[in-house]
Amino acid sequence: MTEISERAVADTAQEAVRETVYEKARIGAPSIAGFTEEGESLSPEPVVTGPLGGAASKSHSHGGGYGIPDSSRAGRLTSYSLADFPELKGTEEDWRFTPLRRLGGLHKDALDGAAPAVAVEAPASVRVETVGRDDARIGSAGIPEDRVSANAWAHFIDATVVTIPAGTELEDRILVTLAGEGLAAAAQHVVIIAEEGARAVVVLNHEGQAIVSENVEVVVGDRADLTVVTLQEWSDDSVHVSSQQVKVGREAKIKHVAVSLGGSLVRLTPTVRFAQPGGEAEVYGLYFADAGQHLEHRTFIDHAQPNCISNVLYKGALQGKDAHTVWVGDVLIQKQAEGTDSYEKNQNLVLTDGCRADSVPNLEIETGLIEGAGHASATGRFDDEHLFYLMARGIPEDVARRLVVRGFLNEIIQKIGVPSIEEHLTEAVERELEAGDN
Amino acid sequence: MSTLEIKDLHVSIETEQGVKEILKGVTLTVKTGETHAIMGPNGSGKSTLASTIAGHPRYTVTSGSITLDGEDVLAMSVDERARAGLFLAMQYPVEVPGVTMTNFLRTAKAAIDGKAPAIRTWTKEVKDAMAQLRIDADFAQRNVNEGFSGGEKKRVEILQLELFKPKFAVLDETDSGLDVDALKVVSEGVNRAHAAGNMGTLLITHYTRILRYIKPEFVHVFVDGKIAEQGGPELADRLEEEGYDRYLAGAGSAVHVQA
Ligand SMILES: Nc1ncnc2c1ncn2[C@@H]1O[C@H](COP(=O)(O)OP(=O)(O)OP(=O)(O)O)[C@@H](O)[C@H]1O
Ligand SMILES: [Mg+2]
Repeated sequence: MTEISERAVADTAQEAVRETVYEKARIGAPSIAGFTEEGESLSPEPVVTGPLGGAASKSHSHGGGYGIPDSSRAGRLTSYSLADFPELKGTEEDWRFTPLRRLGGLHKDALDGAAPAVAVEAPASVRVETVGRDDARIGSAGIPEDRVSANAWAHFIDATVVTIPAGTELEDRILVTLAGEGLAAAAQHVVIIAEEGARAVVVLNHEGQAIVSENVEVVVGDRADLTVVTLQEWSDDSVHVSSQQVKVGREAKIKHVAVSLGGSLVRLTPTVRFAQPGGEAEVYGLYFADAGQHLEHRTFIDHAQPNCISNVLYKGALQGKDAHTVWVGDVLIQKQAEGTDSYEKNQNLVLTDGCRADSVPNLEIETGLIEGAGHASATGRFDDEHLFYLMARGIPEDVARRLVVRGFLNEIIQKIGVPSIEEHLTEAVERELEAGDN
Repeated sequence: MSTLEIKDLHVSIETEQGVKEILKGVTLTVKTGETHAIMGPNGSGKSTLASTIAGHPRYTVTSGSITLDGEDVLAMSVDERARAGLFLAMQYPVEVPGVTMTNFLRTAKAAIDGKAPAIRTWTKEVKDAMAQLRIDADFAQRNVNEGFSGGEKKRVEILQLELFKPKFAVLDETDSGLDVDALKVVSEGVNRAHAAGNMGTLLITHYTRILRYIKPEFVHVFVDGKIAEQGGPELADRLEEEGYDRYLAGAGSAVHVQA
């Protein structure tokens, strides 16, 4: 572990950290040539980067951290009560990229439409229940962090609870299908619990037509090993806002994979909180935005405990007029989280003109006693020279384009580790590419 | 036997200052089995000729023709030209994000042959070709040209030449940036391609060094968008000694005694 004192830091210590970070960067995610890459390794001073970082940032008193009070994740309002959240104006730091007009009322209306129908396919050892609002397990991993999430919390009628009992190791994946049946704004609630030592893969398959705000709570018990794959393959007119909060137990592992392909607007906010020391989080995402689609992902890794590891990698492709993607990656390393090792990276591949990819890593570090912390963000274009090179080797234009996108996104697909899902996604990406050829 | 025929080729590009003519009437015939060296000062249009043969969209042919066994090459798209048997080893090979060499080579081979290569023999063929060119096996898993050194990129161009087996190869300064050993390895690759298949070569170079390994039957001197002189291999030696001054001095009327 590299030790860094609060203020002055020996150059050697600084070097050591930097090396760790670069090493990770190489192993974790090969860089893409031709990309304008922006990245940073840990500097000895706690750092805030992002839109308000740099000159605009200043010290504040919260938790001994640095940064701007309302941009610090530690300082963000959380509450189970909708009334605690002011109405959205769209200028708030966490809503500034989201077109509120297109939210289908999720931020202001009563969410009393029918929630997407839930069907669960699971081995007999798994407990699947539908429970009322007063069930003790509701609220066990999450608390709304924004108004749309709180609105769903205020309006959901029942929740689906999936429990993998202690010590159970499942070979087959658990498939939770959430099928939307219309455009009346609705609220949804799902709780997934992997009890101590359990090992499983849960797939949340969002499909059909819906306008829905969803809260997903995930409890990963001590030494459990859980993979959650959330697929967004909604109809073109659907709106989906999903807060997915994961609480990670002692020496437990979570792999969270978000795949957003379909929907008019998808806004996913996966949060991982380490509740005990020694946890590990792999947080991956893949998105493919077509003309007019808004796909937004905001990851938050809360290193609230010592000796935890997190690795975030989101990759996205964009094609068509007004395709818009947003990735905001918050990592907070709290004062007590000594021995933290964290890295986050976002890469976007822009395939046509008229697209926009926003990418904002935010790293807040309140202790110097960490293994490493780094981030990178890169947005590149598939340009005429790439195309010429491939075509000059006999490869037709459409095949060349696919070759590049497939290769780019495959890195995430390969990490899922569930062959049937990997195949499904490979096909889904092909369909996206075909749609773009027209 | 095949013939690549370039006749009175005029090529221009769009620049910020307007349209600029770069090739001003190039005539050249290459037959399979032949090696032609093209030498000439910087900016004389050698890469322009190479890119125009390959079909780079930046270059506009204003008059003249390129035919391959009588077929109009200029009417073909870039990928069609490659499938027809033309290959350009680029002066500056492009890095392609997200695509591994393995995937790229297989896809290109399948496109050129019109059918996927048999997996077992293909894998071996790639491996052997890489070994002969002293390209590390782990390059197969890396993205196309990504992070390759200048010399490594050139070797990988020749790797493709050997695997794709074109009828005509244009090598644009493949020798630049190669160390002495690499120059030998790469030259051997080109010679193998010549010996194995039925290939004609257009070798663009600044140095006679490579001509010790790859023997051209013809040498063409390119000056200001035209061929100013042509001759046999001895012309290359003379150029090495004398430079291009005498062509440049009287560029307009550069008709010289042919060797
Ligand atoms: N995009 C461009 N804009 C302006 N001028 C260009 C452009 N591309 C090529 N040229 C010009 O065309 C001329 C021919 O260039 P070309 O690359 O064909 O030369 P070359 O003979 O290959 O030179 P070298 O030996 O340096 O490789 C040069 O004067 C060059 O500056
Ligand atoms: Mg050149």
